[in-house]
Amino acid sequence: MNDQAPLREESKAAKDDRPVKLLCKDVWKVFGDGAKDFMATHKGVPTAEDLGKAKLVGAVRRASLEVRRGENFIVMGLSGSGKSTLVRCLSRLIEPTWGSIEFDGIDLLKASPDELIEIRRHRMGMVFQHFALLPHLTVLENIAFPLSVQGVDRKTREARARKVIDLVGLGGREQFYPRELSGGQQQRVGIARSLAVEPEIWFLDEPFSALDPLIRREMQTELLRLQSVLKKTIVFITHDFDEAIRLADRVAIMKDGEIIQTGTPEELVLHPATDYVAEFTRDVQRAKVMSAARLMRPVSSPADCGGSVLATDKIASFSARIVGIRKNFLVTAVDGRPLGEVTPDDVIDLLADRDQLREVRP
Amino acid sequence: MTVADTSAPVRAPAISVPTLLWIAVIAIVAILYIVPSVAPWAVKYPESAIIPIADWISAAMAWLKTNFTWLTRGITGIFNVPLQWAIDILAKGWKSGYGPNAVMLPRLSWVGICGAFAMAGYAFGGWRLSAVAAGCMIYIALFGQWNSAMLTLALIAISVPLCVVVGLALGILAYRKPWLDRMIVEPLLDLMQTMPTFAYLIPMLLLFGNSPVSGMLATAVFAMPPMVRATVLALKRVPHEIDDFGEMVGCTQRQKLLRVLLPSGRATLMVGVNQVIMLALNMVIISSMIGAGGLGYDVLLALRALKIGQGMEAGLAIVALAIVLDRLSQAAARQRPAMHSQDLTFVQRNPMLLLAIGLLAVTTLLSVYVLAFAAVPSAIKVSTAPLWKAAVDWVNIHFFDAIEAFRTFLLLYILNPIRDFLVDFPWFGMVLLAGFAGYRLSGPRLAVLVALMTSYCAVTGLWEKSMATLYLCGVSAAIAALFGISLGIAASRSDRFAAFLTPILDTLQTLPSFCFIIPVVMLFRVGDVTAMIATVSFAIVPAIRYTNHGIRQIPESLIEAATVSGCTPRQMFWRVQLPLALPEIMLGINQTALLALSMVIICAMIGTRDLGQEVFIALAKANAGRGLTAGLAIAFIGIVTDRLLRASTDRLQSRLGLV
Repeated sequence: MNDQAPLREESKAAKDDRPVKLLCKDVWKVFGDGAKDFMATHKGVPTAEDLGKAKLVGAVRRASLEVRRGENFIVMGLSGSGKSTLVRCLSRLIEPTWGSIEFDGIDLLKASPDELIEIRRHRMGMVFQHFALLPHLTVLENIAFPLSVQGVDRKTREARARKVIDLVGLGGREQFYPRELSGGQQQRVGIARSLAVEPEIWFLDEPFSALDPLIRREMQTELLRLQSVLKKTIVFITHDFDEAIRLADRVAIMKDGEIIQTGTPEELVLHPATDYVAEFTRDVQRAKVMSAARLMRPVSSPADCGGSVLATDKIASFSARIVGIRKNFLVTAVDGRPLGEVTPDDVIDLLADRDQLREVRP
Repeated sequence: MTVADTSAPVRAPAISVPTLLWIAVIAIVAILYIVPSVAPWAVKYPESAIIPIADWISAAMAWLKTNFTWLTRGITGIFNVPLQWAIDILAKGWKSGYGPNAVMLPRLSWVGICGAFAMAGYAFGGWRLSAVAAGCMIYIALFGQWNSAMLTLALIAISVPLCVVVGLALGILAYRKPWLDRMIVEPLLDLMQTMPTFAYLIPMLLLFGNSPVSGMLATAVFAMPPMVRATVLALKRVPHEIDDFGEMVGCTQRQKLLRVLLPSGRATLMVGVNQVIMLALNMVIISSMIGAGGLGYDVLLALRALKIGQGMEAGLAIVALAIVLDRLSQAAARQRPAMHSQDLTFVQRNPMLLLAIGLLAVTTLLSVYVLAFAAVPSAIKVSTAPLWKAAVDWVNIHFFDAIEAFRTFLLLYILNPIRDFLVDFPWFGMVLLAGFAGYRLSGPRLAVLVALMTSYCAVTGLWEKSMATLYLCGVSAAIAALFGISLGIAASRSDRFAAFLTPILDTLQTLPSFCFIIPVVMLFRVGDVTAMIATVSFAIVPAIRYTNHGIRQIPESLIEAATVSGCTPRQMFWRVQLPLALPEIMLGINQTALLALSMVIICAMIGTRDLGQEVFIALAKANAGRGLTAGLAIAFIGIVTDRLLRASTDRLQSRLGLV
């Protein structure tokens, strides 16, 4: 049991290698008259009472986060929690009242309007909840629009647009108008459009919330597929916790404008920081978020193993197999080095939600 | 014992403070009215204290005229160029050079124009619209109104683009700078729309000369407000996300406006364009009476000579033109792009456009050789004038007594008493009443505004005439509201009746105000009764529309809840539908009142004696000061009515929790 701690460190260290793409520190968005002065007089750390006294509303309060390159970073919160405001602060669609935002080392809040236009044109993409397609343009023209704004010539931009159209599976619909498409197809256009400029960072503001549950699932799978090819840095907003843990590398949970916990789905489920987080995680199937490393014991008899899995594999991905074979599985690192083993009984206990997990909790 | 008995202790019925104040105000007014000798200055505005605003304005205009004629005449010259082109192309034919060497190009052939309208109808709305468009144009041709109609169309063709472009620019400016919108644009628009058109025709005439250009500029001023409003509305209505999207793809301000916001608001903008076209038609008709020629002039001539048949024909030509322009522009507004396969060329995508251009070119070329293409041959012209005259004569011969009795009854027992009551009304009492109503409904700001505007009517020495205006418009608006609301309620209860009413209302709404007078004059001759009936029929539409809509828009769930609670149909109507629809109905009444007011000037042509007559006289004498002063009085009456009604609507809405 002792060798589990260093292992966890190791997996964390592996993630930390990726450079920080977006760094957001102590960001506040306060609505009301004289918000900026108010923040200055309180040196950036007013309390809720201070805000109430000044009759101001803190839509985002002291939000800090860092998103690493290629990471699926999800901001999850219910309506009114400030998640949409936060993502608009990150893209500077809304001017934050206080704090700092660094994008690739550039201080985003100090960027001039012209610099901002340049950054947005080439390095940022955004997908909207209600698609925000231009009704007077065809699918092809919509997708080519960001390039056309940049002044890219017609031939080049249409060629590029066709490429992303194929990527999102809209081939054959180029000449349709948005209103002639279903919701799911419209959002595919939205996604294709945001990808046309090959952005480095990709903001998705509740992209699937306006879709039917079935289509939503399909689109989530589609997003995971796209991301496995494109490896963009993603900031994804959602109010759906299941969606968050399905797509996330890491999740930030927001409530009343504050980020109350940031962590991998596994960390959130196993160690919810507050009752509020626990409320969300209670019904989550642990097998879906827990990795093999969490459940493994020291290797007893290597020869007797029924198969092998990676330490990072989710339990749910092999639970059926291990329960079927009824043999221990070997857990290995990426390079094939054995780290431990998982027993079918442990998996069954986990699936049955029998609370024997006390021993794996530190 | 009910629950209410225990929770609310029995209190002596107390009169609330507002009620007491109301009683006080009404008492003061009553005393002033009954015993004028208490304070004569407050009853009849002293002549010595009249502020000669009219003279000041006249002096200012004279100064402007002497010092800026070079500028205004220059502007006239510039605008005259496209206007003359349009007139040449549509109505008069193109002439280049002088004397025997002059090159004459024919105007567009009437056959071609009819065909082009039919094709436009087909392109925008299929065969039905095509038939309507062609039918109306052929009507105009066959009934001998072609030349006048083309002159009118030429004026519209130039005024409308001018209005749209300037209106768009102003709207964008107002959208970008909200303070500008609030402080300058909004009040200006209100004034432009409530001010009677004739009133600003006078300074236009003085400054820009007696040419079609002044008519065109007056048209632009009158028809622009809806475009500005539509632009602001369209831009505000663009979904927030689309705005954000524009930012996120890195649009510059200009790109965002031109390529994201305006195209997204296209539908609302097109509604604005449609309104501009209809208002422009209305105004062009009116301004053509002062010499620009066109359909309005024909109607006026016929009316003056009491040639009822001709007047009716020219009037119907206006109706036909109005219907064509309205239906075509509405259908064009509804156009939405649809999927097309990629490799269509411009020709394949716009077959109708090219066909229409081709037809125009061919027929116009032919018209050089074939006379029948150049002008409508008199052999196929029809005139229904004798028919109309015969019909009216027949009615007059057989029903003269009945009509006359009706007319006299209205005059003696309804119109004249109200008129006498209002004309003697103490001016200060009215200021007090209006001001207090404003205070109670909204607050001190509205109170001051309303009181000042009411005082203006007295201070300028126009009190009697203002009250005469109030009387005629008030009675007409009240009758229109009464009938309108009843019809609206009926329409809300029966889909069949609503379907029957809709085309009638559409047509009534497209007609220029002028058209309403002609048929009424034939039966009731000139005078207050005619003016009232014409005003009622012109102003009734919004009352019907808003009532119908107000009742129909009540959520189904509320109706179901009331049904489940066991409401009888009568209770349903009085206790659920009417209260909930009331704010909407109030809006309709407001519009009806403003429309009634806009008829004042038109009615002056048939001999009413109020502010309209004042403006009309000023127009004849080219007295800008007198005309504008009276025009402002009309505008102020309109603004006071509008603000008070709107304030009470707002109060109603907030009480119902609708806002």
